[in-house]
Amino acid sequence: MPDLLLLSIAAPLAAALLLLAPAPLAARKFIAGIGFALPALIALYLWSQFNPTNGVSYHFVSRYDTGLKDTLGITLYLGLNGIALPLFVLAGLVGLAAGLYAIQSKAERLPLYLGLLLVMQAGLMGVFASMDVFFFYFFHELALIPTFIMVGVWGGRDRGYAAMKMTIYLTLGAMLSLIGLIAIYQQSGAETFDLIALRQEIEHGSLAAGDQKTIFGLLMVGFGILVSLFPFHTWAPLGYGAAPSSAAMLHAGVLKKFGLYGLIQIALPLLPEGVGHWVGWLALLAVGGNVLYIGFVTIAQRDLKQMVGYSSVMHMGYAFLGIAAYNTTGLGGVVLMMVAHGLSVALLFLLSTSIYHRTQTFDMDEMGGLAQKAPVLAAFFVTATFASIGLPGLANFWGELAIFVGAWQFSAVYTTLAVSGVIISAVYGLRSVARVFFGPMTPAFAKVSAEKAPTDLTWAEKFPALLLLAALLAIGFWPKCLSTPVDTAITATFRK
Amino acid sequence: MTIDQLQAAAANNLWAAITPEIALGVLALLLLGLEMILPKARHSVIPACSIAGQLGVLFALALNFTTTPYLDRDTFNGLLHHSRDGQYLRAFFLVCSLLVSVLGVVALAKQKMPRIEFFHIVLVVTAAMMLLAQSANFVLLFVALETITVGFYILVSYTRSNPLSLEAGLKYLVLGALSSAILLFGIVLLYGVAGNPNSLGSTASPMSYAGVRQFLAANPDNFLASIGIVFVLSGIAFKIGAVPFQIWIPDVYQGAPTPVTAFLAVASKAAGFAVLIGLLPVFQPYAGLVAVTLSIMAGATILFGNLAALTQHNVKRLLGLSGVSHAGYLLMGVVAAQTVPQAIGAIYFYLFAYLLASFAVFAVMTHVAGVNDADQDLDHYADFGKKRPYLAGVLAIGLGSLAGIPPLAGFMGKLMVFIAAFKAGLYPLLAIAIVGVVLSIYYYFGWIKAAFFTTWRPPLAPGETEPAEAAATPVGFPAGLALGVLAAGSVIFGFFQGPIAAWLLAR
Repeated sequence: MPDLLLLSIAAPLAAALLLLAPAPLAARKFIAGIGFALPALIALYLWSQFNPTNGVSYHFVSRYDTGLKDTLGITLYLGLNGIALPLFVLAGLVGLAAGLYAIQSKAERLPLYLGLLLVMQAGLMGVFASMDVFFFYFFHELALIPTFIMVGVWGGRDRGYAAMKMTIYLTLGAMLSLIGLIAIYQQSGAETFDLIALRQEIEHGSLAAGDQKTIFGLLMVGFGILVSLFPFHTWAPLGYGAAPSSAAMLHAGVLKKFGLYGLIQIALPLLPEGVGHWVGWLALLAVGGNVLYIGFVTIAQRDLKQMVGYSSVMHMGYAFLGIAAYNTTGLGGVVLMMVAHGLSVALLFLLSTSIYHRTQTFDMDEMGGLAQKAPVLAAFFVTATFASIGLPGLANFWGELAIFVGAWQFSAVYTTLAVSGVIISAVYGLRSVARVFFGPMTPAFAKVSAEKAPTDLTWAEKFPALLLLAALLAIGFWPKCLSTPVDTAITATFRK
Repeated sequence: MTIDQLQAAAANNLWAAITPEIALGVLALLLLGLEMILPKARHSVIPACSIAGQLGVLFALALNFTTTPYLDRDTFNGLLHHSRDGQYLRAFFLVCSLLVSVLGVVALAKQKMPRIEFFHIVLVVTAAMMLLAQSANFVLLFVALETITVGFYILVSYTRSNPLSLEAGLKYLVLGALSSAILLFGIVLLYGVAGNPNSLGSTASPMSYAGVRQFLAANPDNFLASIGIVFVLSGIAFKIGAVPFQIWIPDVYQGAPTPVTAFLAVASKAAGFAVLIGLLPVFQPYAGLVAVTLSIMAGATILFGNLAALTQHNVKRLLGLSGVSHAGYLLMGVVAAQTVPQAIGAIYFYLFAYLLASFAVFAVMTHVAGVNDADQDLDHYADFGKKRPYLAGVLAIGLGSLAGIPPLAGFMGKLMVFIAAFKAGLYPLLAIAIVGVVLSIYYYFGWIKAAFFTTWRPPLAPGETEPAEAAATPVGFPAGLALGVLAAGSVIFGFFQGPIAAWLLAR
């Protein structure tokens, strides 16, 4: 059997290269479509083949030498465990949705835009398929660079400023995490970036507690910046507000989860003695900063896209709380929530752009009554908002529930505060639905719709949205399909 | 000495060991000969001859890369020591001179200047760099270094109708002479103490690396020797542009013709580092002193280079100052190399990635520059992505690699140097380096922003017309190929470092 994991990384890259060749636009769109579809199909296939109970921690393993094996202990080491699998599937699905949405968009210089998205997609598949810490970082950066360019070139208002700010913040975060990872590599004495070998080495106690404390702090801040941990979050709403829709979908939906994934897959298992020192701070920043403070900031937003951006920053607070809880229930909840939030926030960004195309504005005060003109769009948006609030029946509910249950053992006070955050998300979520879709038409929107009557969602827009929605509902009604591999892997990883 | 002894000594010299250098010298003379023989209308074939000749030398060097019988041997009575690093550096400098020649063809076409001497001097300088990298004696070190510097005096002020070029030449001359004096003073101090028959462990050959090392080992805290070491290091710091000896960089980089700037930025810097690495074992008994001196320089260089580059609008000055910061990262690697041998491989890989990226950027600049070579501003890159997509793509890859962004080769170089620095325990320097990398994103990205992001421009006032655009330099075949190879190299070596990295890092 060919190495499907490698193929899922190489296919989008190859498609991106092919897009450089001169060809009619339709042919290029077709090539890009294949580049987006292949990783998604591979991810779904591997999910169906994944047997969590056969006692193997990593599945579909393969290893390649890029020339640094003997000297630096770096190999391209691919494989999926139960924590990586859900995110790998998420990357495939959101990538396909974002890709299809981009193909139907009328972006300027479309082939270049699609090419950059494909590079990003390749990086995302690589991040979650890597068992080598170095390549884990490498693929993250591979996905990150196109984001900057897409924000700067195809972005909306303030794109230059937003792109610059995002680049500097995220580079700082990435550099801090890189030093943290090098520190693990060096201080553990393992001199390899192989995650399995590192784990074995550290189980023998080769990393002193003091070192673990420092390195965990580095990684927490570094990864935290990448996940918009308060107070390093300011790049996120600004960047997402300016980013073109597909880039925002992929970044907010998938790439941002890199930091959380790194904390769960690398920092927590490798630095168990460093965690305890920092969880207090982490929980304080997560609940006080991300959930409550940013929650109230989100309520105050008038710009629809900025609101979605802030709401995604707020939801990261739950994820950090689950990590601070540091027990199997909480961590399992974080993984589930990462997937659910990725799907729902991508859907919200997609729908926001579709709304913009009908209202010509992101300002919610100038919208109103869109449901009369576009009932299907309204139904999608309402469902996506319900998902993001955490209504039962949709995937987010299970993730948040597990996080709250896990966090209760850690701190009842923080959990109570975090749960009250759900009310905040209900307030801004429902208010945005009301302002955009219901009530009387504002004069501004009446003028826009008089010029060009807004249509309902086209099939080209509906299909990617349906894809995301179906995944949200499927996990919502049958969470076991993800929770079994996640629980098995987390129990195995954190057995002590 | 009888004639027989001289003949025997000459035979012992093993002239064949420096065939590549001799070949370059012959090629350089051949170019001048051709200029005399050929009619003026046919002079355009001479640069092509130079490039073809260099390709031939490079090919021959590659064939004998590991099989040359002179590996790990001293020749010329200990003046030269041939090592695998020496082989690598020979190839490195040859590639540099090839690229400079290709760029020279493009750049000189815009100037009414004699063409042939340019290629001649480039070859001579390259040969001197190759000798410098293999020198094992302070006399040869100084002579080779002076050959390089004198060559650069001419090259820097080559466009003599441009006052900025002349100013650059003068600055380089004055400061270069000062640095040579400092270096020479340091060498003389070492020579004096090591050769003094009254001092303990004095040596009969106080100019050779081995002799000096032997003396230093016997006198681990000789005051004069310490001064000598610091002076030698300072003299080299001038060449690599390390703080506080970097003041000449922005002006000289701006005034020099763009290909020469590239030559200075890559080859001259690499030559400085080759000398530093060669001297590390010599100064080993004074490792503490060397470490302190170089660490302070490295930290200051990283910070100064990045901070000063932040406000630059002239891209040549910007690259000059960013090059200062690269010298800082490399110096950090040199400090690490005192205890971690792998750091030497890391430095060489870093230099290789730096060569690919820098020449890509300089090649693009050569095509963007108008008649006034010193006037190259960020504003000249407006809408570059739309107007000249090929050049813009190469520029983006080059700048990304310089900024150290994965998946480009520059990132791998930085990673290797950082790992080496971490192994050597240089935590404060690493912290400074991280600050530097984040700062550097601002100006590299600012350039990309200028080239790709559409910027708002005020509408034309009534009666005002669009400023006339200078005729764009077309991308010819050799330059286009070089651009493509450089960009592809930056990408490929970012993904797959392959045998080159394995070979360099294995120590």
